[in-house]
Amino acid sequence: MTPFLDLTDLEIAYPPRRVIQDVSLRLECAGIGCLLGPSGCGKTTLLRAIAGFEPLQRGSIRLEGVELSRPGWTLPPERRRIGLMFQDLALFPHLTLADNVAFGLRGWKPAERRARVHELLRLVGLDDEAQRYPHQISGGQQQRVALARALAPRPRLLLLDEPFSSLDVTLREDLAREIRAILLREGIGGLLVSHDQFEAFAFADEIGVLREGRLLQWDTAYNLYHQPANRFVADFIGQGVLLPGRIEEGGRVSTELGEIDGLSPVNCAPGDAVEILVRPDDVIHDDASPLSAEVVERAFRGAEFLYTLKLPSGARLLCLAPSHHNHALGQRIGIRLDIDHRVMFRQENG
Amino acid sequence: MRGVWARTDRWSLLVVGVALLLALPVLTVFVTALQPAGAVWRHLADTVLTDYVGNSVLLMLGVGAGALLIGVPAAWLTSLHEFPGRRWLEWALLLPMAIPAYIIAYTYTGLLDFAGPVQTLLRAGFHWTRQDYGFPEIRSLPGAVVMLALVLYPYVYLLARAAFLDQSVAVLEVSRTLGAGPWRRFYAVSLPMARPALIAGVSLVQMEALADYGTVQYFGVGTFTTGIFRVWYGMNDSTAAAQLAALLLLFVFALLVFERWSRRRARFHHAGNRQYRPARLSFAGRWGWLATVACLVPLLFGFLIPAGQLTVWAWRTAPHVVDGRFLALLANSLLLALGAALLILLLALLLGYGQRLRPRPLVRWAVRSAGLGYAAPGTVVAIGVMLPFAALDRSVDAWARQWFGVSTGLLLSGTLAALLFAYCARFLPVALHSVEAGLSRIRPSMDDAARALGSTPRGVLWRVHVPMLRGSLLTAVLLVFVDVLKELPATLILRPFNFNTLAVRAYELASDERLADSAPFALAIVLAGIGPVILLSRAIGRARPGYDAVP
Repeated sequence: MTPFLDLTDLEIAYPPRRVIQDVSLRLECAGIGCLLGPSGCGKTTLLRAIAGFEPLQRGSIRLEGVELSRPGWTLPPERRRIGLMFQDLALFPHLTLADNVAFGLRGWKPAERRARVHELLRLVGLDDEAQRYPHQISGGQQQRVALARALAPRPRLLLLDEPFSSLDVTLREDLAREIRAILLREGIGGLLVSHDQFEAFAFADEIGVLREGRLLQWDTAYNLYHQPANRFVADFIGQGVLLPGRIEEGGRVSTELGEIDGLSPVNCAPGDAVEILVRPDDVIHDDASPLSAEVVERAFRGAEFLYTLKLPSGARLLCLAPSHHNHALGQRIGIRLDIDHRVMFRQENG
Repeated sequence: MRGVWARTDRWSLLVVGVALLLALPVLTVFVTALQPAGAVWRHLADTVLTDYVGNSVLLMLGVGAGALLIGVPAAWLTSLHEFPGRRWLEWALLLPMAIPAYIIAYTYTGLLDFAGPVQTLLRAGFHWTRQDYGFPEIRSLPGAVVMLALVLYPYVYLLARAAFLDQSVAVLEVSRTLGAGPWRRFYAVSLPMARPALIAGVSLVQMEALADYGTVQYFGVGTFTTGIFRVWYGMNDSTAAAQLAALLLLFVFALLVFERWSRRRARFHHAGNRQYRPARLSFAGRWGWLATVACLVPLLFGFLIPAGQLTVWAWRTAPHVVDGRFLALLANSLLLALGAALLILLLALLLGYGQRLRPRPLVRWAVRSAGLGYAAPGTVVAIGVMLPFAALDRSVDAWARQWFGVSTGLLLSGTLAALLFAYCARFLPVALHSVEAGLSRIRPSMDDAARALGSTPRGVLWRVHVPMLRGSLLTAVLLVFVDVLKELPATLILRPFNFNTLAVRAYELASDERLADSAPFALAIVLAGIGPVILLSRAIGRARPGYDAVP
């Protein structure tokens, strides 16, 4: 089956700097994806290339099997039927909300156009505000208008360039979920660019982590968290520490906290020094455990505490404990490890 | 399917082509000037060239000094102090800009010559006769310096004012704690910090002074511009005229480079933080009124007296001057100016948008070169238009005679097309400046959003930019409209036979010593010129503390 969106081997450069290199990814049948990465990693450039604003130096971009970009040739954005929602929204200040939404509906019959504008404004709950101007409505409402405007011409794919970053956190995740539902209902693919992993988790089926122009991993949120492909992803997604250990006979790993079992994803021989990713939820607070560690930092998070613990060797661990386990700094608490997915990296020298 | 590249090339080609066409006059002048010097040039060099250069330099220096002397104190008083009438003086000090230099020259000549009201009054008051007193001759180089300084000082005033308002409060406060009084704060702190802005202002004033034709011609002062006219019309030597024009252009470009350089330095002088501003210093009692008077003087001599005199004359002569012919001429002038303004606006939009669409070095350079015309005095642009148009006419004529046995005569020279082309080359930068400023305030994401919604690049221009730019476009049209209305030398050279504008008619009547008859024409120009002054004064109002610069 032809993938919905297919990027192969992309390279984008602002000579002499290569902004994107060797990026390949596939989004299956109108799914919803996200490009996640720290600022300056090239995610917005990648998005703009998909929209048709950036020419490619290498590789190709295909949507539903049709080539949109290749080196030396770029189908202009206005002919791609790809919608785009901007970080700054870019609502046209000289047009009413209705006219903003109708902007992309050139060539439609007036009656159909009116109906579509009406339908979308109702969809985003702004039907009564149709004749107002963008500066007369709130930030969240502007966000909805931008969404309605992008969806009106029935794009095949909607690109979202950090469109929620100006909203407060709760509103942000709500809106992300809301847009996700709309896209799924309308059968439109979505690709979000974000630096916020929770936004990405709430929005996307598949997430790609970008760093310095390279795609490090393209996977589901669950796998990114539990099976990061490398240290950067492990560090960037979620919290956790790397605990030093040594490979024993039979593939088990001995650490300060005992032996840990499981399949080894890296190619190691017994005796090799490795590091194991320990997430805060892998460390269980258990007073009956023979192992204990000293509380050096604590952060109250309502339902739980996030403790930073110091092991006798000086190594640190993060531990997520239910909120009623209230321990003071300096206290020693019992812990045990409960690791479902063992993620291991070869120890870096120095 | 055609890709984005084919389309891009069409845009770049169009923009580069139009831009180079507009740069043609200035380039022509330089290329023509490179021809070997002829007999006329050698004759010029032996006789009047030193006078031209000397007078032009004196005029430049004199007007620059005069504009500084008037503009800087006025700016310092109105921007940092409080005194009676400060609020309206702040913008009224711009009013002299509305009066073209040649018109103020006619007015003062009428006022001050032997038969004028001033001398008549003196004679009547003291029972003098002609032999009893000496009266300075206004129609002289010093007279021209005063006239030009009176109407050009607002450039210095505007830039100095902006610089004073921008200066760091902290620096001024520190100097106060160190015991500097207002006078010392002015010359030891404010003035040195404002120096780049002052140099920029003076350079602009000097460029205008060099470009002036009407005043020096009327006063009989031989400068570059009058020299070009004499060589062109009197000696019929286009090469020598172009050589003179090129020499003048070199002076202007030197000033331009100087101005740019001082602006670049302004960054280092700019002392950031303008979070808060100290209250204006209040002048108490007598000192306050003295400040008022000091600011009233330039306003009085630069605007109130000449405008008043023009009104008196116009009142007297209007009954026989304002007739069908006057109205036809007025309509003529207004239509020409409006047509030119709209055409220029269109070209400015094309260049500005093309540059935004494809910010390539080639496109940028071409657009910059199209801006050369603004630095070029009208006389120079006219020569630069006349030469290629005449050459084109001659070759078309020769070709037609050879192949069809008919003479086509002058197809382009001496037509409105030539005049409009000259206006475009000269005033495009005015409109381009407005358009570029407006475009730069529209975020690029707007373009992208419209493209993603299916608009072509041209569609984005008409559906997004033009509506959003309305204000900037109106400003551009108004500024160009008034500039064209006031323009004298290029119109004199290039206008079709028997085609007159307000400026030309005012000039002709004044040259015939029919000053009072020229007043209605002059007054119409001055009234139109008040439009841009109002725009500028509104910008000043917006820049007041407490108001944000309008996005």
